[in-house]
Amino acid sequence: MSEPQLQSDPPAGQQGLLPKIAIRNFSARFGQSQVLTGINLEVHACERLAIIGPASSGKTTLLRSLNRLNDLNATFAHDGEILLDGQDIYGDSMDVPTLRRRVGMVYAVPIPLPWSIYDNIAYGLRLAGIKGRSEISVRVESSLRNAVLWDEIKDRLRMPAMNLSGGQQQRLCMARVLALEPEVLVLDEPCSGLDPISTAKIEQALAELKDRYSVVLVTNNTKQAARASDRTAFFLMGELVEVGLTGQVFTAPRHERTGQYITGHFG
Amino acid sequence: MRISPANTQRIMVVALWTLAAMTVFTLLFILGYVLYHGLPHVTWSFLTESPRRMGKEGGIFPMIVGTAMVAGLAVLIAGPIGVATAIYLTEYTREGKITAIIRFGADCLAGIPSIIFGLFGFVFFVITLGMGLSVMAGALTLAIMVLPTIIRTSEEAIRAVPRSFSDVSMGLGATRWQTVTRVVLRSASPGIVTGIVLSIGRCISETAALMLTAGSALRMPHSALDSCRTLALHFYTLMREGISPAHAWATASVLIVVILLINLVAYWLMRRFVARTV
Repeated sequence: MSEPQLQSDPPAGQQGLLPKIAIRNFSARFGQSQVLTGINLEVHACERLAIIGPASSGKTTLLRSLNRLNDLNATFAHDGEILLDGQDIYGDSMDVPTLRRRVGMVYAVPIPLPWSIYDNIAYGLRLAGIKGRSEISVRVESSLRNAVLWDEIKDRLRMPAMNLSGGQQQRLCMARVLALEPEVLVLDEPCSGLDPISTAKIEQALAELKDRYSVVLVTNNTKQAARASDRTAFFLMGELVEVGLTGQVFTAPRHERTGQYITGHFG
Repeated sequence: MRISPANTQRIMVVALWTLAAMTVFTLLFILGYVLYHGLPHVTWSFLTESPRRMGKEGGIFPMIVGTAMVAGLAVLIAGPIGVATAIYLTEYTREGKITAIIRFGADCLAGIPSIIFGLFGFVFFVITLGMGLSVMAGALTLAIMVLPTIIRTSEEAIRAVPRSFSDVSMGLGATRWQTVTRVVLRSASPGIVTGIVLSIGRCISETAALMLTAGSALRMPHSALDSCRTLALHFYTLMREGISPAHAWATASVLIVVILLINLVAYWLMRRFVARTV
């Protein structure tokens, strides 16, 4: 299903550049169950790629492969390669903590650590070796601004993060990742449990960040994919069905299944 | 004849309340009994003097020091080993034969009567390793005895920390060890501290295992290789040999108050800690 010629051209102005992430013939399985098969996909610098598809189509596994978080599961095995700026992330020379700082991840459920708002963001910075209090404070503030959360909580940085509302928690989780100034931001259904206003704020944040980061957004909400992405990839049963400019995928999908999914006939 | 649900409800409320009240009453009765007989004899000089005439006169200062040394040393040895084992079992290995064997071993260890530990300590530490009846031999014996408790309570505490916290921490670029120390142990520490405090209590109140390992010297222990007599053992000796029931109850009162204080301090520490981090 995933022939290479289905790869659409990169957005104008990006041609000739090395893709930020290049997924080459990547397969993944947990124990005996095959989750991803022969994925070929590229993410370009400063583009927003949406990944859509029904449940258990391998979207989350693909995301968690990008920062090697699947390694935490002992039954995980993979074939093929994923290149970040041309370097194989599963290669021996790749330092995994550094990789995870470069590819920051926001999860489907907001998971604040049981500390203050401030410490939640400072934690990653301290891990990255940033010691100065003033620098940490500056980056805490700028990341909260980038995540469109600062104005709501600027007087309550020492408050337990658990006391925030769900939507605020999710934006905190985003700020926590942004503070590390990643090169790629991957979001796994970040709005699945949120109200429309929180969703709008997260999309607003994504729109403001698009010039600086590559964004990979997994979403169950096809409307969100249409609103918040440049290109869209449709996954089904662990395979990439098609990928193209979002407008094209939504208005003139090349594959029947894609059209059926988008119009809500299954999934 | 059937009893209506409303009546079974009433009967059970009364029955459960009675049983719970019995538990509390028994506890208070024992506490009251010991303190009633002992407290009048607990004076400043009783706490600060050495015993004379086998404990008939004088005080229990060397026993207080001995108890603190044995219990402190035992927990200093067992604590790090126990917590490390729990970390290994929960964070650094997959469930399999080895973890099953370690857990089974720990559970077996927990079920052994303390006098058996005493016997082992006597044969191994006192005789074979030539430590003699000493604080060290007693502490090592108690360390083995409380190790399973520390492992199991630490393990439970670590397991209670959501897996997702580890995912988040690693996702932010932490190594496994940074995640363990800065996220997992930090969240698990109230549970771990509880296990350690329980162990301190068990060490302080242990008698049988120490009879054969730490000895029953009345003089002040000056090093870990001196023999010493702990409070619990002192109580036992005074009572058993009919030396001085009054001093026996006084010793028991001190013992109970110390354990009470340790628990209170632990709860205070825990609440302070939880308030700071959550």
